[in-house]
Amino acid sequence: MRCCRVVGPLWASVKHPAFARHTLLVVQPLDEHGKDAGPSFVAIDRAQAGVGDKVIVLTEGNGVRQITQQGDLTPIRSAIVGIVDAVDVAP
Amino acid sequence: MYLGIVKGTVVAERKASGLEGAKILLVQPVDERKQPTGDLQAAVDTVQAGPGDLVYLVGSREAALALNPWFVPVDAAIVGIVDGVGA
Repeated sequence: MRCCRVVGPLWASVKHPAFARHTLLVVQPLDEHGKDAGPSFVAIDRAQAGVGDKVIVLTEGNGVRQITQQGDLTPIRSAIVGIVDAVDVAP
Repeated sequence: MYLGIVKGTVVAERKASGLEGAKILLVQPVDERKQPTGDLQAAVDTVQAGPGDLVYLVGSREAALALNPWFVPVDAAIVGIVDGVGA
């Protein structure tokens, strides 16, 4: 899983049917200090996240299939699974 | 999943079984500001995307799951055409 910041919503009217019920958000991976780390990517939202929220993002398809319960052929790979309240980094 | 811009079409007459009829496009992965984030890649299209379209893709094993039949040798599939990205 990755710690990310929600950049904003992504709208797509033409998409694979597996995405029909899902909200898509662009997320930006962060380092331990909250700075951007690496390119942004797209995830479905399973935690009612909002723009600017720090979130935990699952980036593996089997876990996503377990939580979405849409069957074994769901082509979704990343999902926001939690809102981060705080991160403590040891000095 | 990640964003990309369709740059062109790949024509391949001879393909592995399961890929017959699959449309393959050349895609530049980008971030939400449409800045390139990596190397150009070939991706199978499931949504009738065309050159210039901003799309989102799914990679790795899940790419094959977007196709029918699904147990096919692909590792990137275009699964949506992006209308807009909020900031």
